[in-house]
Amino acid sequence: MAEMAREPVDPHAPPQLTFGRKLADGWNRFLDSDVFYSFKRSPLIIGAFVVTVILLLGAFLAPWVAPHDTMDLASLNLMDAFRPPVWEAGGDARFLLGTDDQGRDVLSGIMFGMQASLIIGFASVVLAAAFGTVLGLFSGYVGGRVDSVIMRIADIQLTFPAILIALLVDGIVGSVLPRQTAEELTYPVLIVAIASSLWVNFARTVRGSTLVEKSREYVQAAKVIGIHPVLIMVRHVLPNVMGPVLVIATLSLALAILTEATLSFLGVGIPSSEPSLGTLIRIGQEYLFSGEWWMTIFPGVALVVLVLAVNLLGDWLRDALNPKLR
Amino acid sequence: MSDSSQRPLLEVRDLRVEFPTRRGTLVAVDTISFDIHEGEVLGVVGESGAGKSLTGSAVIGLLEPPGRIAGGEIRLNGRRIDNLAYREMRRVRGREIGMVFQDPLTSLNPLYTVGRQLVETIQTHTDLSEEQARKRAIDLLAEVGIPAPERRVDQYPHQFSGGMRQRVVIALALCVNPKLVIADEPTTALDVSIQAQIIKLLKKLCSEHGAAVMLITHDMGVIAETADRVAVMYAGRIAEVGPVKDVVQNAKHPYTHGLMGSIPMIGHDTEKLTQIEGSMPRLTEIPSGCAFNPRCPHAFDRCRVERPELLRVEQSRVACWLFDQGARRAAE
Amino acid sequence: MFAFIIQRLFQAVLVMLVVAFVSFALFQFVGDPVNNMVGQDATEAQREALRERLGLNDPVPLQFLNFVTNAAQFEFGLSYRLGIPVEEIVAQRLPATIELVLVSAVIALLVGVPMGVYTGLNRHSPLSKVFLTVSLIGISLPTFLIGILLILVFGVWLAWLPTFGRSGTVDLGWWETSFLTVQGWRSLILPGITLALFQLTLIMRLVRAEMLEVLRTDYIKFARARGLSNRAINFGHALKNTLVPVITIIGLQIGSLLAFSIITETVFAWPGMGLLIIQAIQFADIPVMSSYLVLIALFFVLINLIVDLLYYVVDPRLRIERGGAH
Repeated sequence: MAEMAREPVDPHAPPQLTFGRKLADGWNRFLDSDVFYSFKRSPLIIGAFVVTVILLLGAFLAPWVAPHDTMDLASLNLMDAFRPPVWEAGGDARFLLGTDDQGRDVLSGIMFGMQASLIIGFASVVLAAAFGTVLGLFSGYVGGRVDSVIMRIADIQLTFPAILIALLVDGIVGSVLPRQTAEELTYPVLIVAIASSLWVNFARTVRGSTLVEKSREYVQAAKVIGIHPVLIMVRHVLPNVMGPVLVIATLSLALAILTEATLSFLGVGIPSSEPSLGTLIRIGQEYLFSGEWWMTIFPGVALVVLVLAVNLLGDWLRDALNPKLR
Repeated sequence: MSDSSQRPLLEVRDLRVEFPTRRGTLVAVDTISFDIHEGEVLGVVGESGAGKSLTGSAVIGLLEPPGRIAGGEIRLNGRRIDNLAYREMRRVRGREIGMVFQDPLTSLNPLYTVGRQLVETIQTHTDLSEEQARKRAIDLLAEVGIPAPERRVDQYPHQFSGGMRQRVVIALALCVNPKLVIADEPTTALDVSIQAQIIKLLKKLCSEHGAAVMLITHDMGVIAETADRVAVMYAGRIAEVGPVKDVVQNAKHPYTHGLMGSIPMIGHDTEKLTQIEGSMPRLTEIPSGCAFNPRCPHAFDRCRVERPELLRVEQSRVACWLFDQGARRAAE
Repeated sequence: MFAFIIQRLFQAVLVMLVVAFVSFALFQFVGDPVNNMVGQDATEAQREALRERLGLNDPVPLQFLNFVTNAAQFEFGLSYRLGIPVEEIVAQRLPATIELVLVSAVIALLVGVPMGVYTGLNRHSPLSKVFLTVSLIGISLPTFLIGILLILVFGVWLAWLPTFGRSGTVDLGWWETSFLTVQGWRSLILPGITLALFQLTLIMRLVRAEMLEVLRTDYIKFARARGLSNRAINFGHALKNTLVPVITIIGLQIGSLLAFSIITETVFAWPGMGLLIIQAIQFADIPVMSSYLVLIALFFVLINLIVDLLYYVVDPRLRIERGGAH
């Protein structure tokens, strides 16, 4: 051991050092990059970023920071039902944005509901990105007839609106499964349904990049030296498509959140008994005519602000990563 | 060649083209001056990025924002055109200055017939009737060597081959007899086999129509065959300008010398084929003094500090301090 | 060109067959249709007779063939939920949806296309910036929220317009129309605007993007170099070239309108196909679901065919038989 330690070059130290330096370099490069520059220069984007972070924190820390636990039925008091927001006559300081028909705090409902919406949104985007990327790599790499069939399907699917695909997939899967199972699998079914409406854009982008890389010499060379070309390509294609995939993922997240809200609003997504932005709006809508507008408008505003902020970030990211547009 | 008493057709004085970027202003064309006389063919050569295309765009007033003319002036027949209002400049474009772009495949609108595009250009600048303009369009197509022009006039660009399309583009540039034609790499996108034809056609037609030509290219061979005078550009500046024979056969600026070395001349007693070390600097990294000094085999202290002006050497003007000394010594 | 149309027709038939297969599979997977048609106390013999009569004992390919034959005549059997033939329900619901979509399409196109052209041509004008900002909010506002907001403002607070159902219709025998009475038009206004708004902003943004793309091309630069007037360049050259992609967009958007009519109809209780499918999904009403699938696929296929044909009208590169050099 002692001899080892006396060795002039510790095999681990230098890489660690360079790794640390690399990280610092990377961070400095990021601070100096066009992306960060355009971020710094746009107050709108900074605003969108801050709003997104606040909403994410509010949603995921809901069990700790929400003023009330809307999931805890014991804490509900029907006497508190239909309270308007604080600033209206009859408002109660305990319920900042008023309460719903069961006496649940609207603000807390929004926080828990947004958590559900975000989980479904993120999960379906991750699923769609993974599936789309793999299929895109495969399609581009194999080429020929398989490729043209896959891309043809993608083209055809693109002509159908995402919401329709998600609705039909959700409806069909929901009908095919036995009722009991379907209720247990509400979330996974919804995630699969939304993901199935989102994968095409990922697949097309990754395929395009794969086709470019495939013709490069190093892929050919890899074959010669006996490394499996698929491995090489994954290593080279993935870094290249990171940017576009991130952009698509961001914009898809906004779309996924909207789709979830819409499906839940239509009563085919998350059941009304569980909070999500869509179900809150759906329940609130029934009380629109009797004047309890806050039950539907506040979750609606939360949804729009969230989607708008994510869309802004996605739009900005696309422009920042694509210098041609500037 | 041209009488010095006669005013040049085009005078460019101290032209500067800048691109504001977030890392400061890039000077893409740095204080250049040159003239083009009536009926003359001026070749502008240089590597890509030397600023030759931007110079052409600046002359016809089509710099793409954020690029802008930051200094100097451009005169056509003595009239300043670099500060004209859009409406007035529009009458200069096409009417007095025609332009031929690099890629004939993308220069024509795919959705309109060739005839329609000719007729609309003719009618924009003249009072000809639709029928007269059409007649003129057919004549022009015949003139640029398109067979069966009566039939071809009603065809769409995609029905023409690349070379044929460039002929149409030339017809469009010449259709109202401009005094000056700016040809920006007119053959680069074409098949090698038809490049010579197109160049020959351009030169012939321009001289028949009495138009001077500003021929922008990176191809010294084309210049040698076509131009009357040559301006060599390097990093946004003019390195050397003079009669084609002098520049090609007796290059003075070390950069021009290197550039000529890259085309072997048949029948010329060949010196060694020289090549210039290194590459042209990026606009963000132009060295002080002479822009060419880091690559120049003859560079001395002064070159690194002081930017050389264009100095008269025989028939040419050269931006190189080597010739300053020479001139002084000759005077002594 | 002929070959192209044949190819497209072939593809359309293929898509329809796939959709038909999905709807057919729905029947196969979900429960026993016999159970849905006979009472609880039917004997096994009665069931078997019905089974035989319905052709359920035939081999699966033959059953599929029968299904396709029936679907081609638009016969999908009885609705599980309503107990009347699906084609009757559809005949009753279809006019409501088609009229709604028509009104929205006209609004979206007449407003969206000019706004897109304007913002494309005048990139830096203040009005363009206003349009763009509003449109960003527009694409982040889900259709159902637009509907709810309009109901709240024009229905509840101002009480100007009807917010519920389809009234004032005139029965033409085979078609029930809203277009002939003031009341009919009034009840169309809010759902029509709701459905149009999202598509309008989308059309505007897409037309603008296409316009900017075309304005960057060489032939526009060359047109400027020829000294053509701004008018001739913008409206002669640029607009016509924008038209080609815009036709696709519009085709897709009309398809989207059909999909989003599901949401609008739910919000406004508009008795169209959308409301029908939502109820069908909630009740697992397979005959209605599969008829909707087939019908909507047919619409999309037709729209795409029409778009393809329109290309020929606009783009000479496709219209003219390959003459001269290519």
